[in-house]
Amino acid sequence: MNFTRFLTGSLKIIFQGGKPYFAWLILLTILILWGGYGYYGQLTDGLITTNMRDSVSWAFYIGNFTFLVGVAAAAVMLVIPAYIYHWGPIKEIVIFGELLAVCAVIMSIAFVVVDIGHPLRFWHMLPFIGTMNFPHSILAWDFFVLLTYFAINATVVIHLLYSAFNKKEYNKKLVLFLVLASIPMAVGIHTVTAFLFNALPARPFWNSALLAPRFLASAFCSGPAILLILFQLLRKYTKFEIKNEALFTIAELMVYSMFIYLFFTVAELFKEFYSGTEHLLYWEYLLFGLGDNKEIVFYSWASIIFGVIAFFLFLIPKTRKNFVTLNIGAVLIYSSVYIEKGMALIIPGFTPDVLGQIYVYKPSMTEVQTAVMIFSLGSLLFTFLTKIAIAIIFEGYNIDSLERKERKK
Amino acid sequence: MKTDNNRRSFLKNISLATFSTLALSGCNMKEIDEYLQQNFRELTDEEKDEIVKNLGEKYKKRYGKDFHVSYKPAMEGVLFGYALDISRCIGCRKCVTACVKENNQSRDPQIQWIQVLQMEKEKGVDLAHSDVHYNPEKVPEKGYFYFPVQCQQCRNPQCVTVCPAKATWQEKDGIVVVDYNWCIGCRYCMAACPYGARHFNWGEPNIPVEEINTEVHYLGNRPRQKGVVEKCTFCVQRTREGKYPTCVEICPVGARKFGNLLDPESEVRYILDNKRVLVLKQELNTQPKFYYYFG
Repeated sequence: MNFTRFLTGSLKIIFQGGKPYFAWLILLTILILWGGYGYYGQLTDGLITTNMRDSVSWAFYIGNFTFLVGVAAAAVMLVIPAYIYHWGPIKEIVIFGELLAVCAVIMSIAFVVVDIGHPLRFWHMLPFIGTMNFPHSILAWDFFVLLTYFAINATVVIHLLYSAFNKKEYNKKLVLFLVLASIPMAVGIHTVTAFLFNALPARPFWNSALLAPRFLASAFCSGPAILLILFQLLRKYTKFEIKNEALFTIAELMVYSMFIYLFFTVAELFKEFYSGTEHLLYWEYLLFGLGDNKEIVFYSWASIIFGVIAFFLFLIPKTRKNFVTLNIGAVLIYSSVYIEKGMALIIPGFTPDVLGQIYVYKPSMTEVQTAVMIFSLGSLLFTFLTKIAIAIIFEGYNIDSLERKERKK
Repeated sequence: MKTDNNRRSFLKNISLATFSTLALSGCNMKEIDEYLQQNFRELTDEEKDEIVKNLGEKYKKRYGKDFHVSYKPAMEGVLFGYALDISRCIGCRKCVTACVKENNQSRDPQIQWIQVLQMEKEKGVDLAHSDVHYNPEKVPEKGYFYFPVQCQQCRNPQCVTVCPAKATWQEKDGIVVVDYNWCIGCRYCMAACPYGARHFNWGEPNIPVEEINTEVHYLGNRPRQKGVVEKCTFCVQRTREGKYPTCVEICPVGARKFGNLLDPESEVRYILDNKRVLVLKQELNTQPKFYYYFG
């Protein structure tokens, strides 16, 4: 009975708020409808409405998928420093980090669903009812680890929030165990996602052992960037407390990640350019273009420049400890990683294709709309969940408060 | 097979509940049956007979012609191999168009299982400098040679390893096939294939009714749906009946040879014994059964 009350109560909460809150909801709804209209076209006419073709058979969708797996992974990995450095209310950091992780996993899986030709046949790759190609197919592995990761994080947040709602003590042993389990799982989901690309000898651009380490390093830049901004917003509008020092430490940790990422990338570039084998073609297409085909050069340099500026903004203590420059840096590094994973990772893997032919790929309107739809749905879900979490943690929304209201009536 | 039956009846029960609404909205039982159909390799012969019969009716409805849908398995003691004489090929692409017709490939959007690359003689087999869109008045052009690429029917096929649903596999006679009813369309196999041999139905395939080939194989040239991957099957519908693949038959210069690698008297075996052959991208350890040679 309590649970139905919890649901109806939460439903009321997510539709309460000020004008900016409703403006945000309306904006998201408009974007979802606009994006959904594009996706509807893809559902009826097939993936031909995208600009993917046989040469470039994975593109923007799979790039987004990869990016979001990184966000999901990094959101939870932030728990370690939060614990070590005593950032304050660790429980709240865990809750918001894992809420972000849950939403990011849902969005990443959604990007796979929109990418496949027959989404309704997904059960073919399940164990028992289908014929899952386990352990051979890394996609089967990825599906498995993502689902486990989702289950762990969802269990933790639901348990924490629902116990708080019922004014009961949460199960410390269970939560500690699951949080500790979710940290290696976070590393796991991004590593497996890198292995998805990394072990294909047909695609020299990805066939580097550094791909998984680079994925992790870049994820540790993009995921915390979101939380950095979210924590400031929460601090401003709720009773959430986090010290300035903690925010600056997050930024400092991001600098280390950026440096590691930079180092890995330089190591990769040196090997490719100095040895100058035929595998160089893909890097040339990415950074300089091949002949007249310079379509992706803009994106790759935008990502590099954003990343470098963010690196210096976070490196120099003066700009790191100034909230204006800190937030500019967070937006820049987030954009840098998004462009890198969305465009610069997948497309050069396919250009030139395995037979040396160049097919020029740019996302179609349908692809952009579908991506907007998924991001808006994900943001909407995250907004609602955060709203409920805030109500429970900071605004005394619990079983008693509901009962009091009912009695008043 | 008992568990399998349970599993299937369980699925069917779920389906009845879940899909009754769908059924009311115009989905018929046959479509539901097709949706719940198992992986081809898990079907009994009776089930295959039933499926093939239904497919025949479906094709008759769509194309107004009688189809012969076979699911003939591999013959014992056969391992198919292919040899292509690079010095003979003139780049006329007759094989490409014959293959399209024989194997019911979509005309629009265009799918072609064979890609012929034009290469500069001076550069040798150099994919990075090859051109698939060459279009002169007359072939062969001076200074160029031609290099047709299709599925290399690897002994160690990467595409099969990566498929998350076991929707593609290597048959006993060495042919790598796709179950179009089982493929989920994730295209991981296309990312894994080093030869660009796999093609995706990005849109609804279109074939002119008067050009449709009605002699079809379940794992080969039967009409496909949108959203699934397809590839060269060495013309499984022909070669398992003892015929040559269409590309071998049509080639005007006799550059294409085909046969049983396990038969010491076969033509491919003769070529392997007496000519010097190469395989494409040998360093990837895919071990193709498709050999190139200089005759």
